[in-house]
Amino acid sequence: MKEIRFHGRGGQGAVTAAEMIAIAAFEDGRFSQAFPAFGVERRGAPVLAFARIDDKPIRMRSQVYEPDYVIVQDVTLLDVVNVTGGLKPDGKIIINTDRDASALKLNTEAEVVTIDATRIAIDALGRPIVNTTMLGAFCGATGEVKLESLEKSILARFSGSLGEKNIQAIRTAYERVAR
Amino acid sequence: MKMIAKEELSLKERMARMRVVEGSYAVAHAVKCCSPDVISAYPITPQTHIVEHLSQFVADGELDSEFLTVDSEFSAMSSLVGASAAGARCYSSTTSQGLALMWEVLYNAAGMRLPIVMTVANRALSAPLNIWNDHQDSVGARDSGWIQLYAEDVQEAADAIPQAYKIAEDPEIRTPVMVCMDGFILTHVYEPVELLSVEEVERFLPPYRPEHILDPENPKTFGAFADPSYFTELRYMQWDAHRRALNKIETVAREFAEEFGRWYGGLIDTYRADDAEVMIVTMGSVIGTIKDCIDVMRSEGMKVGLVKIRSYRPFPTEALRKALKDAEVVAVIEKDVTVGNEGALLTDLKAALYNTPTRIPVIGFPAGLGGRDITVRDIRRVVDRAIAARDRGIEAEMEFLSLREDLL
Repeated sequence: MKEIRFHGRGGQGAVTAAEMIAIAAFEDGRFSQAFPAFGVERRGAPVLAFARIDDKPIRMRSQVYEPDYVIVQDVTLLDVVNVTGGLKPDGKIIINTDRDASALKLNTEAEVVTIDATRIAIDALGRPIVNTTMLGAFCGATGEVKLESLEKSILARFSGSLGEKNIQAIRTAYERVAR
Repeated sequence: MKMIAKEELSLKERMARMRVVEGSYAVAHAVKCCSPDVISAYPITPQTHIVEHLSQFVADGELDSEFLTVDSEFSAMSSLVGASAAGARCYSSTTSQGLALMWEVLYNAAGMRLPIVMTVANRALSAPLNIWNDHQDSVGARDSGWIQLYAEDVQEAADAIPQAYKIAEDPEIRTPVMVCMDGFILTHVYEPVELLSVEEVERFLPPYRPEHILDPENPKTFGAFADPSYFTELRYMQWDAHRRALNKIETVAREFAEEFGRWYGGLIDTYRADDAEVMIVTMGSVIGTIKDCIDVMRSEGMKVGLVKIRSYRPFPTEALRKALKDAEVVAVIEKDVTVGNEGALLTDLKAALYNTPTRIPVIGFPAGLGGRDITVRDIRRVVDRAIAARDRGIEAEMEFLSLREDLL
């Protein structure tokens, strides 16, 4: 089982991102689960969401304490939340920032992947809403979900030109981090 | 047997029929497939999404129901009492303070033998204000006369709706049913679910044809005054209907499994219980976490099993006696506490075992109160405590799980 923790701020769509990962993973033929950390979600407040992916039905209902992957949608959260808490040493953390991974000096053995998702989102969507862009980066950095499945789940959520713009953002982010 | 054939559907075949949806959507969809005539509800976290989806179905013309937007939960249940007495299939959903505000009408619905079905998105009761999950709300309503079923996952919370109508509307039962699902944990989770269809449900659930209804052409009265010479008998008949429901809940669960290939247990279910020395008894969504823990502990050679309470009212006394007769110790995990005594389920379970030859330690753990996460470590602690109670005697009959001593 792979466990993912999303850090965002209220209004940035962290919960939606977790849902879309779950839908994409299921599209790939795997079982999945996504849930928010059930806070009182005020705009701008730190929020948490979780996702699980497994080859068999998922029964575990506790929160995720030792994630394989962490996605940080807002780099300012690094000052207020322990985003690397419990992250597995062989895991990955993907952070939205224009800085290099080494400059962040994170306390983790896990691989740190950085991407300027805000810039990509502004270019593609005209707005700094980074949740879908970060999913593209997650997809490229981890290979846990197929890009086409992710795109399918995005298009199911956002129709018309908004869907197309989100696909563009996802592909840009994917290509930037994929090896 | 048909049931076994369907149970043998491969995981791949089942996945082909699944969609990843929110728990609240799955429940609303199941309600839609039961074609209720009247829905009446007042929005309250974390139930809101259920009634929002239903309202959407009605607005979009996908569901032909009268959707009453009322001023309170008291009005929600009161309006359904009237509608149900007039012969309508009725649905509501609420939680916590909303359920508390319905209190006197809950007893009226049950006393008037109205087969209303309601989802309770379980949440703590104030004060202090807390919007998160525990079972204090519905456990507090356990004596209201409603049947109470508790769901382990989203699929069960959805599938319990047609089962609830079939139980409630049976002429032998005629008793309202609460389907309890953990607020947020199940209402807000996205996971793969097999959604029902109207046609499938129609094959399983007969139309509601009540024998007695309010009808101006044929005037009758419901829930009228009963003086001391009648009242006991009416209470007895309610009590007796719950006794009959013990069989009915099992039968309906089997019928559902035959039709849809999904089985959640009847009154109870068990997991790796056959040779279990330590038995955990619990209800609701924590069961999934416990099952995963049991698999790990079993791989370490620990003989741990689980009894899932699916029907809390009627209480499955006989089924529990049978399931626990060979256990060496029992640990109850429950998301409520009776202030001034102990956990409600702990008391019920001990009472069930008292007049039997089974003489084993039974200890209890209020847990997950007000949304406190129940972790793998917590489950291990419960099992450690249970083994200690078996080997060295009971130290504490009840212990608040993951109590933060530093805050006291």
